[in-house]
Amino acid sequence: MLSDNPALLGLTTIVVGVGACLGYFFLSNLFLDKVLFPASGPNAGRNINRANMIRPWLFLFPALFALLLYLAYPVFETLRLSLTDRDQGGAFVGLANYQQMMAEPKFWEAVRNNMLWLIVVPAVSTAFGLLVAQLTDRIKWGNLAKSLIFMPMAISFVGASVIFKLIYDTRPEDQNQIGILNAVWLKLDGGIGSVLMLQILPSILLIGFVVIVASVAWSFVRGIIAKGEDKSAWLLPLRLLVAGGALWLIWVSISSLVGIWIGEIPYGEAQTWLTLPLWNNFFLMVVLIWIQTGFAMVILSAALRGIPEETIEAAIIDGANPFQIFFKIKVPQIMGTIVVVWTTITLTVLKVFDIVFAMTNGQWETQVLANYMYDKLFRANDWGVGSASAIIIMLLVTPILVWNVYNARKEMK
Amino acid sequence: MATIAGKKSGLVWAVHISVALLVLLWLFPTIGLFVSSFRTADQISSSGWWAALFPAEQNEVYRAADPDDNRVADGDMFVVEGNIFDGTPRDIRSWGVSSRDVSAYQPGETAEMKDGESVTLQADGSYVWRGNDKQLSGRGQRIFITATVPPEFTLENYTTILFSGTGQDNMAKAFFNTLTVTIPATIIPIVVAAFAAYALAWMEFPGRAILIAAVVGLLVVPLQLALIPLLRLHLGIGIGKGYLGVWLAHTAFGMPLAVYLLRNYMVGLPRDIIENAKVDGATDFQIFTRIIIPLSFPALASFAIFQFLWTWNDLLVAKVFLIDATGSTTVMTNQIVELLGTRGGNWEILATAAFVSIAVPLAVFFAMQRYLVRGLLAGSVK
Repeated sequence: MLSDNPALLGLTTIVVGVGACLGYFFLSNLFLDKVLFPASGPNAGRNINRANMIRPWLFLFPALFALLLYLAYPVFETLRLSLTDRDQGGAFVGLANYQQMMAEPKFWEAVRNNMLWLIVVPAVSTAFGLLVAQLTDRIKWGNLAKSLIFMPMAISFVGASVIFKLIYDTRPEDQNQIGILNAVWLKLDGGIGSVLMLQILPSILLIGFVVIVASVAWSFVRGIIAKGEDKSAWLLPLRLLVAGGALWLIWVSISSLVGIWIGEIPYGEAQTWLTLPLWNNFFLMVVLIWIQTGFAMVILSAALRGIPEETIEAAIIDGANPFQIFFKIKVPQIMGTIVVVWTTITLTVLKVFDIVFAMTNGQWETQVLANYMYDKLFRANDWGVGSASAIIIMLLVTPILVWNVYNARKEMK
Repeated sequence: MATIAGKKSGLVWAVHISVALLVLLWLFPTIGLFVSSFRTADQISSSGWWAALFPAEQNEVYRAADPDDNRVADGDMFVVEGNIFDGTPRDIRSWGVSSRDVSAYQPGETAEMKDGESVTLQADGSYVWRGNDKQLSGRGQRIFITATVPPEFTLENYTTILFSGTGQDNMAKAFFNTLTVTIPATIIPIVVAAFAAYALAWMEFPGRAILIAAVVGLLVVPLQLALIPLLRLHLGIGIGKGYLGVWLAHTAFGMPLAVYLLRNYMVGLPRDIIENAKVDGATDFQIFTRIIIPLSFPALASFAIFQFLWTWNDLLVAKVFLIDATGSTTVMTNQIVELLGTRGGNWEILATAAFVSIAVPLAVFFAMQRYLVRGLLAGSVK
């Protein structure tokens, strides 16, 4: 009868669950103090000490149990499953699953797309968040503006997918376009406005991007050649990795820059945006950027407020203009927070599943790792390869995990 | 504030305008969905939602009343009077009597036709049609009008989605299922985590630092890793797929953030109060329930909002641990994804369904935004 009515079941669960938790804590404390080590009789002092040694573990037990069983154990169990084959009754197959996965083009497509997501989404969200935080800092209705830009944080990935599918909607030629993107697209006709919007503006953005990537990469690579830098061995691979990634990015940017000017632009034809290879990835990323910008903005806005006033006043007296104040005084002081925001969004990106699942389900070359994994686990029923791809996600997360733990320990000391 | 000395009014205006543009850009997608959910299927497929916000011009054809029945003699002429609108008046911009020139006249003007026949149309739709015996016979005179139709919205979609729809179109059950998942999955982790956070913040024991570091580490473990081992575990110990499984999963997945947030907050509580209470003979359990919990309310609220939004908006955990083959325990996010597959073009259904599912988190968001911001600031690892 209970299970027929989910609402009643839910209510019962709350009462039973909360009651059981409170009962557990109360009774276990009572048992410890009254029965096991009573604070009276001949050994009162020793008993109190013993009880106080055990009590923390009573408080911790349910949470620890949940953490161990639901988060720590699965990491190792997934690792084990990734080395076995379900069809052979769970026999150990070594790295066969990984080999099979590496041979699949769909996997490499997911890796490539994930890399794009990892670069574009944190960068754009953080940049927009910083921009909004700075702009709203000094105007009266800034709080209202911030709360409206923050709002998408409350919207589910699925809800956001529906919202953006409406934007990307395509109708046949003879009907009115109801997706705003196509309606705007059909207004562009190859005139000066279109050239400005579709060729000159993107070119400027791309060139700016190349400059930023090149300067970041240079600051990493310089350490290999220059004197007096930290030359510890573990930094070298990191530096080479960054340099390699930067070169790839610059190559991609320059080739798309050429593409913008050489390629034919199909003016006047309604586009099915989500099926355009490569571009569709960016249309999906827009959804996550739309959601995450508010997060970046909130954190960075608090950081901007925390900058000591004197540093800015000194800069103003020295004659710095607002742009110099922003880039040379403010940004360096909140660099730590920017890194935190960047890594947090990176984590979200690595786990992104709902958006791709709801909008394209990985078709038209939009696959990402999390959705690839879901496909393997629950559609192909291939637990081995699914677990292997989950381990890949875990590997990508690990540097951030180590970095977070390292920082948290440093802070506690 | 920042540039008192270097203030330039032009720059201030540029700031105002760019913030306004950004806010509009950010609101635009949601407004599109919101507006669409109040339009009928025909309206949605015939014009973009942005057109629905403004009065639209529309051409319509009416016919004067049948002259043989309604004409009245007026001297040697006849007159038919009446109103072209049958109960629903329109705002007439212009009108005409010939299909070749449908907007020849303004309301109130008189259209002179051949041989003294004339039609006068007022703005409210009343007309006077005057002519001789031969002219006022047969069928009524055609009157073409160009009217502005005010924006028209309907609640019909919401009635369908919440009450009258059948099968997938009805979200009522999924709505209650979502609530059933969400509320226990929000409350239970708070209770469990609060005790653990207190132990990590205020009790001395060996291994405390390592445990805190472990919680920070577990904060970022992708839950993708947990899916298969835990589903196997649930199936193995007989929980199977269902509410119990999804509650347990959400409780555990929310635990690192809960412990981390609450512990950080509790550590900052004034030491004096707690030590005084200890001197007065309070046990740890009493300190926890009487002092720590009331003082930690802001942190508890922060986490509660996070967990609520996360469980309400979740798709993956529900798909793996809750929804079985019968689909009777489906949640809203899952039903919307299914609707996207089967009713991809029916925007009136999709938009309304999506809006029903995001309305509750939006309300919570605007009501408790303060706590959400505070939680975010405390939760991002510094």
